[in-house]
Amino acid sequence: MERRLRGFAHKYGKNVDTDVIIPGKYCNLVDPVELGKHALEGLDPEYAARMKPGDIVVADTNFGCGSSREVAPIALKGAGTAAVIAKSFARIFYRNALNIGLPIFESVEAVDGIEAGDELEVDATAGTVRNLSKGTSYKAVAFPPFMQALIEAGGLKPYVERRLAEKKSGSTPRAS
Amino acid sequence: MGMTLTEKILARHAGLDRVEPGQIINARVDLVLANELSAAVSIGVMRSIAGADRVFDPEKIALVEDHFVPAKDAQSANLAKMMKDFAREQNIKHFFDVGRGGIEHVVLPEQGLIAPGEAIVGGDSHTCTFGALGAFATGMGSTDIAAAFVLGEVWLRVPPTIKIVYRGRLREMVFAKDLMLQTIGMLGIDGATYCAIEFHGPTVDELSITGRITMANMAIEAGAKNGIFHADAKTIAYVRERTSREFVVERADGDAVYQRVVEIDVDGLEPQIACPHTPDNVRPVTEVTREDIPLDQVFIGSCTNGYIEDLRVAAAILAGKKIASNLRVIVNPGSQAVWMQAAEEGILTTLAAAGCAVNTPGCGACFGGHMGTLGDGERCLSTTNRNYVGRMGSPKAEVYLGSPATCAASALTGKITDPRIVSAVGV
Repeated sequence: MERRLRGFAHKYGKNVDTDVIIPGKYCNLVDPVELGKHALEGLDPEYAARMKPGDIVVADTNFGCGSSREVAPIALKGAGTAAVIAKSFARIFYRNALNIGLPIFESVEAVDGIEAGDELEVDATAGTVRNLSKGTSYKAVAFPPFMQALIEAGGLKPYVERRLAEKKSGSTPRAS
Repeated sequence: MGMTLTEKILARHAGLDRVEPGQIINARVDLVLANELSAAVSIGVMRSIAGADRVFDPEKIALVEDHFVPAKDAQSANLAKMMKDFAREQNIKHFFDVGRGGIEHVVLPEQGLIAPGEAIVGGDSHTCTFGALGAFATGMGSTDIAAAFVLGEVWLRVPPTIKIVYRGRLREMVFAKDLMLQTIGMLGIDGATYCAIEFHGPTVDELSITGRITMANMAIEAGAKNGIFHADAKTIAYVRERTSREFVVERADGDAVYQRVVEIDVDGLEPQIACPHTPDNVRPVTEVTREDIPLDQVFIGSCTNGYIEDLRVAAAILAGKKIASNLRVIVNPGSQAVWMQAAEEGILTTLAAAGCAVNTPGCGACFGGHMGTLGDGERCLSTTNRNYVGRMGSPKAEVYLGSPATCAASALTGKITDPRIVSAVGV
């Protein structure tokens, strides 16, 4: 994951669901760039055309509710979205975003403080968001230690490779 | 301190004496499910994992073609073919092609692939349906499913449990769907995020397995990780008719700790409607019908309400009558077995004679894929589970959710209609 992300904010409300992030009719697409052309189409049809790679989606509570479609975070990432900052995330989207390497941050104060068009700088390691337009900064909720370790290890795939090796050598599952 | 039903199942699958909410565990899974959309991505991910050549157990994977079926276009056909080739390569026994399966969540219980006490993960958010049989079941994305394909285990955060207790008797023309819509309206679409919902009480004890399936299916609509019922004599009879596999029936401890307990009295409950554009925008039908809401489409089917009982209810209302001229009605039996049963009982003919288009099983209409997609400005009343903007097609369309009875009654009048009026006066 990029440690420092810098881009402009695109701001949305609560319950941005997966049907508007990537409408069902596009769910048979596999190319992230193609999917990206339709990112957020159901909510903001101009998003893909208007956004610049590196821009950041900022939204209220329950971002990504609905379907388990992994193409939802893939479409956002494919469009060039650098990160999503929300007050809270739906459960499956949260896992999917981390699994495919779309940085996500939970922060009520950031969402309340950021307006559309603000220029933001996110320090992904420290979990801080600086609002360059307003000269303020906000703290994101830290990931649980297990998630942090997963992110630092490079995502789920290296974790699976390690578990496969452990299983082949006969060790028992590790629960923290 | 005791454990909830979900905690009991997860503890056993993690090889632990006890677990508590918030704990991260590695849980063994009894079945991993995917459809042609989620599987295609999972297969790609699996191929990129070093050392992941084989699935952990070819008997414990289920692959169901159901989203864009029969293939909508070449791209969809390619995804289905990728899954079929993978099933062959990996000797996966439970592969359901078009015409031999149906909607994944309808097919798996009916084929005896789900039993009480089991842990199931699936690459579809409505995997929570299987909680109806007393199993822990949750939906995940394709990368997590790829991990489950090869490891036979998943990492999970143990969810806190919300206990919901239902008391009272459902009135005529009020069904499990109405009960669940009311519950989602009360909880809100993020009211159970990260939580398990444990359904209790005499009202749900009285429900058929299908009714419980409808309720567990929509647990995700409140953001829940899973929804679960205790297996009872009805559950065991249902499962025993379908499999001889051994299973362990778990029960919540008497001193289990719940995040909260919600009591719902259903005595005065009327049919419920989820209005656009969220499943928690729920109002009683008499409030909705105060204004005329004309419809362009009625849809009856899906993993929520595509079961034989649902089709029987619809057929009883539509028998010998004609649907209103201003709308079309699409009926989608949930599986090949449901379709055949409905054919045997004459239900398909009854529905077709009333003017309904009866389709082959599939998820297409519900998620705006194909076989019932809405156009700009169109309004649909549907037995499905979601009504977000653009869910069933055009972002300018409106989707209302209701029970099969409400849908059938509305099909007769052409507008959203209280099914109790239709049954009383025989419109």
